[in-house]
Amino acid sequence: MEYFTIVFQEIYKILFLLVPVLVSVAMIVWLDRRVWAFVQKRQGPNVVGPFGLLQSLADALKYIFKEIIIPSSSNKVIFILAPIVTMTLALISWAVIPFSATQVLADINVGILYLFAVSSLGVYGIIMGGWASNSKYPFLGAIRSAAQMVSYEVSIGVIIINVLLCVGSLNLNDIVIAQQNMWFVIPLFPMFVIFFISALAETNRPPFDLPEAEAELVAGYQTEYSGMMYAMFWLGEYANILLMCAMGSILFLGGWLSPIDIYPFTLIPGAIWLILKILLLFILFALVKAIVPRYRYDQLMRLGWKVFLPLSLTWVVLTASYLFYFNLLPTN
Amino acid sequence: MKLSRFLKTIFMTDFVGGLFIAIKELFKSKKTINYPFEKGKISPRFRGEHALRRYPDGEERCIACKLCEAICPAQAITIESAAREDGSRKTTRYDIDMMKCIYCGLCEESCPVDAIVQGPNFEFSTETREELYYTKEKLLDNGDRWENVLAANIKADNPYR
Repeated sequence: MEYFTIVFQEIYKILFLLVPVLVSVAMIVWLDRRVWAFVQKRQGPNVVGPFGLLQSLADALKYIFKEIIIPSSSNKVIFILAPIVTMTLALISWAVIPFSATQVLADINVGILYLFAVSSLGVYGIIMGGWASNSKYPFLGAIRSAAQMVSYEVSIGVIIINVLLCVGSLNLNDIVIAQQNMWFVIPLFPMFVIFFISALAETNRPPFDLPEAEAELVAGYQTEYSGMMYAMFWLGEYANILLMCAMGSILFLGGWLSPIDIYPFTLIPGAIWLILKILLLFILFALVKAIVPRYRYDQLMRLGWKVFLPLSLTWVVLTASYLFYFNLLPTN
Repeated sequence: MKLSRFLKTIFMTDFVGGLFIAIKELFKSKKTINYPFEKGKISPRFRGEHALRRYPDGEERCIACKLCEAICPAQAITIESAAREDGSRKTTRYDIDMMKCIYCGLCEESCPVDAIVQGPNFEFSTETREELYYTKEKLLDNGDRWENVLAANIKADNPYR
């Protein structure tokens, strides 16, 4: 009996995290489209619900009622599995995101490692989708996407090392608490910029949305998908973007810490601060989508391997030397 | 690479500048309108849905001269005529195939009595093709419904004809 109580408690906790995440993914799609439209002086979706807030729900409803077409020559099991994998991987990473010192589903001591591992698994959903479709555009899109995500993961990993050098712990809560005096965005600003750009590439956002470059690849790995399966890819993608924003705000913007450590600001719960920081980063994501043209593929690879990787590695050496020289290395 | 260009690349000046422009544009007024709720201004010359007009006493204007039928480049208009009891020539059939029509406005141009006109209505989509075969009744009905606007448009455009 006790066992069931614990299980139910855990399920309740998981739902309490997952439902808001899914709802905010829907809202974030609306926000993305709206910001994009506003920059281009359009209205954007504004009909369904107040300010069009329910647009994503209407879209989801449409997708649910659409027929799911499975190409006859596709590998059906993998074809169906791919969107499920994408979506699941995008959602399970949220388990370690701390919303305050205590509000975290799994306060594991290798939180950032887990986050990094799961987000790098995300490429599997795309490769599976592209391969199983058995069609040229999805295949090309999947190959591009795999190469791109792997390349930028390397520099994200090195950037994370930078932060970890300053913290001395892999626990996300420790990372946040280590920023009490100064957010890492100030001493590690170049790393923050590189992290942001790598996150754009990691989540296949413009200007790095080559895997789904319409002009060349129709819709990339999503070409053969329809109905709810397409919607799941879509949800997974946006959940990943949100996750990247959360990661950025935890690593560099002080997570759930309030920006100013004085009386009226400390009253606001940490979750609100984290959400505000995620939103800020997301609006930046959306603005970037509106202002930049798409990269050419070789430029993308050059940027990843020949600019970001050496730069972040150099910065690791610099940070380590600085911390070592001034005897600031964190000790446990 | 020149130093200035190198610095520009490193500090991403173009990107940051673009970002600020984007933020500025974010708060400017929108160029698009809420279409079904508000509609754009339409010129008096707008060539929309067809209508057959009547004189103020209720007599239909069309004299079955068939000029519109002759000039129609898409051959969308079909007219049959007969003499009425009072001796005047009137149409017994005036059909426009709205799917053939290319909305060039030549029928309106050619009409000597301003009977066939193209009104300001452009929202007449239908669910079946049959509904787009306009008959004389439908066109006259259109004329009755839009008469005020049609007359005003013709008057407004008159100085330029």
